[in-house]
Amino acid sequence: MKRFLAFVSKEFKHILRDYRTLLILFGMPIAQILLFGFAITNEIKDAKIAILDFSKDNTTQEISNKILSSGYFLLYKNLSSTRDIEPAFKEGIIKEVIIFEPEFGKNLEKSKLANIQIIADASDPNLANMLIGYTSSIILDYQKDLLKGKTLPPIINTDIKMLFNPNLKSVFMFVPGLMAVILLLVSAMMTSISIAKEKELGTMEILLVSPLNPLQIIVGKVVPYFFISLINYIIIIILAKYVFLVPITGSIFLLILESVLFLLTSLSLGILISTISNNQQTALMISISALMLPAIILSGYIFPVENMPLPLQVISNIIPAKWFIIIVRGIMLKGVSFSYIVTETAVLAGMTLFFVLLSIKKFKIRLE
Amino acid sequence: MRIIYIILKKEFLQIFRNKSMIPLIFFMPVLQLLVLSNAATYEIKNIKFNIVDYDQSHFSRELISKFTASNYFVLNDVSFSVENSEESFKKNQAKLIIHIPKDFEKNFRSQGLSGVQLVINAEDGSAAGIINNYALNITRDLNIDMAVESSVMPEPVPMINIDYSNWYNSELDYITYMVPGILVVLVTMIGTFLSGMNVVKEKEIGTIEQLNVSPIKKYQFITGKLMPFWFIGIGELAFGLLIGIIVFKIPMLGSPLIIFMLASVYMFVVLGMGLLISTLTNTQQQAMFIAWFFLVLFILMGGIFTPVESMPAWAQAIAYFNPVAQFNRAMRMIMLKGSGFKDVLPTLYFFIVYASVMMSLAVWRYRKTES
Repeated sequence: MKRFLAFVSKEFKHILRDYRTLLILFGMPIAQILLFGFAITNEIKDAKIAILDFSKDNTTQEISNKILSSGYFLLYKNLSSTRDIEPAFKEGIIKEVIIFEPEFGKNLEKSKLANIQIIADASDPNLANMLIGYTSSIILDYQKDLLKGKTLPPIINTDIKMLFNPNLKSVFMFVPGLMAVILLLVSAMMTSISIAKEKELGTMEILLVSPLNPLQIIVGKVVPYFFISLINYIIIIILAKYVFLVPITGSIFLLILESVLFLLTSLSLGILISTISNNQQTALMISISALMLPAIILSGYIFPVENMPLPLQVISNIIPAKWFIIIVRGIMLKGVSFSYIVTETAVLAGMTLFFVLLSIKKFKIRLE
Repeated sequence: MRIIYIILKKEFLQIFRNKSMIPLIFFMPVLQLLVLSNAATYEIKNIKFNIVDYDQSHFSRELISKFTASNYFVLNDVSFSVENSEESFKKNQAKLIIHIPKDFEKNFRSQGLSGVQLVINAEDGSAAGIINNYALNITRDLNIDMAVESSVMPEPVPMINIDYSNWYNSELDYITYMVPGILVVLVTMIGTFLSGMNVVKEKEIGTIEQLNVSPIKKYQFITGKLMPFWFIGIGELAFGLLIGIIVFKIPMLGSPLIIFMLASVYMFVVLGMGLLISTLTNTQQQAMFIAWFFLVLFILMGGIFTPVESMPAWAQAIAYFNPVAQFNRAMRMIMLKGSGFKDVLPTLYFFIVYASVMMSLAVWRYRKTES
């Protein structure tokens, strides 16, 4: 035991001495959560548009002003002919063109029908959808003002209730995923690289001939990263709760237990990766391509899994982060009790066991 | 020249000898491209919804049939309690509850005003926004139908007809949108990581000393170190473009030549960044972490997954100085919109300046002597 403790303290010293890595380790989660909280939103701001006004009357002026004063749009330039549209889009700055037909105001008054055309740059489909939605709702709003004082047909009102996230904040959605990615990064990636490093530098040999048994070596390697991950994790929770006001509606005790389970999954994955890679670069490349990218893309962190094609939905089941994200969202946002997440927990536990057994089988006491 | 050639030969030998790296450098990006471009979609289909209908009238059934008939919604469950129905949110079975109160039809007929409640699972804020839009469109349609049916339009009211078109991707296909962005991510990651870890590896193993005492000049060393990764990066881009065009049928409206011209300068930005990182660090672990940190920032703020327009003004200003954002924008412009050389010229200038700054910093930081 004393030997083991000495080994763990050696590992801690290794890590704590390297202040650059340490800075990044703790700076990364903070930077990412601030980024998601402040910089990535679901709302459009200052999208640059062009207006092609064939009519140039009071009505079109009023509508243009209403659109431009909404805060969503910035007028980049006024066009004078349909021939200007294509080059304007190709320049890559404007995202939308609004076209008013000739005699717009007159048509609206006389024949009660006037035409507006909106052209969006759909090379970004999501943005195009949002821009068209915003523009048309502003125009519909203007139209509603025109209808004031007129008798209206009977109407169904729709009352919307947004459950779990009334202000539709994107940070609510990202925090659970961010936890998974940071835990994976620190535990799986750091562990695998630090063991691969001993192999690459040849110091693994020295450890293996020491009186420590292989199990102690591996556990000793893992312990410091376990604690660093835990501290990181707590920082994320505190920031999420107190800076971005993400609620923790469920039991915090359950949340921490589940997170420790996921930590063990990540650590066992890290060990597994290190047993199959002989140098740091290989360990890094495997960690990134087999762990990090899938955890970001296929886990539901940014893109909802249920929108993906079926084969990918099936594949997403083997990604531990997916299960962890379901668990965390359930506990934090929806306040579910353990009975709702039994399946997810069992899957994570099963995966951990599998990775541990596989690592033991793959672990070589002797170097080749 | 001969010296550079020899270093190049050594580097290529080292890369291709490492058996476990070859599949990672060459196959993983392809696999990622195939998987990621399919996975990265905000398109929402088959939204499962529950019905709580306390009214059970002709009118409420009409509303429900409007939902089931649309392409976006799939009926999950019918029940008589909103609380029970909300349970299915917790079990991740449904995203929307349509709650129709008692006297829904009666109120509409007698008072001309009636209400329906939509409860949306808003865990995912942006998805909730989209579901809300779809649902509102359906109730708006119903309102128009009813107005026509009851024909109580007393006088013609002024109407503005909005006609919209989506240019350059009229089907709003996400794969078309994602592939150029993912190619940018792949090229950037491969370039930064490979170059970032390479020099630092020589430092860590101690072989840098042997190189330092050799007659190799600084510039020869750096050229020899970077060229292999430049070729790998450009080769990967070419391969990725081919896959995009052949497998995903991505349009290539502009000239591939312009893409490669931009990419060849962009690679120097990326490699310069990697090299700078490796001169600032002592171990591969540090290098990797710093590289990862900046890449994540650059990529997330690069407009690849979320539009730059959805960031606040200060973040949009920063995005201008983000090479990933610039390359991503240029790739989409050239491939999807057919922008020409003139349109991407500012980006090219930007890359040239950026690359020179990065390279000079890296060369300046690289010292043969121990500090």
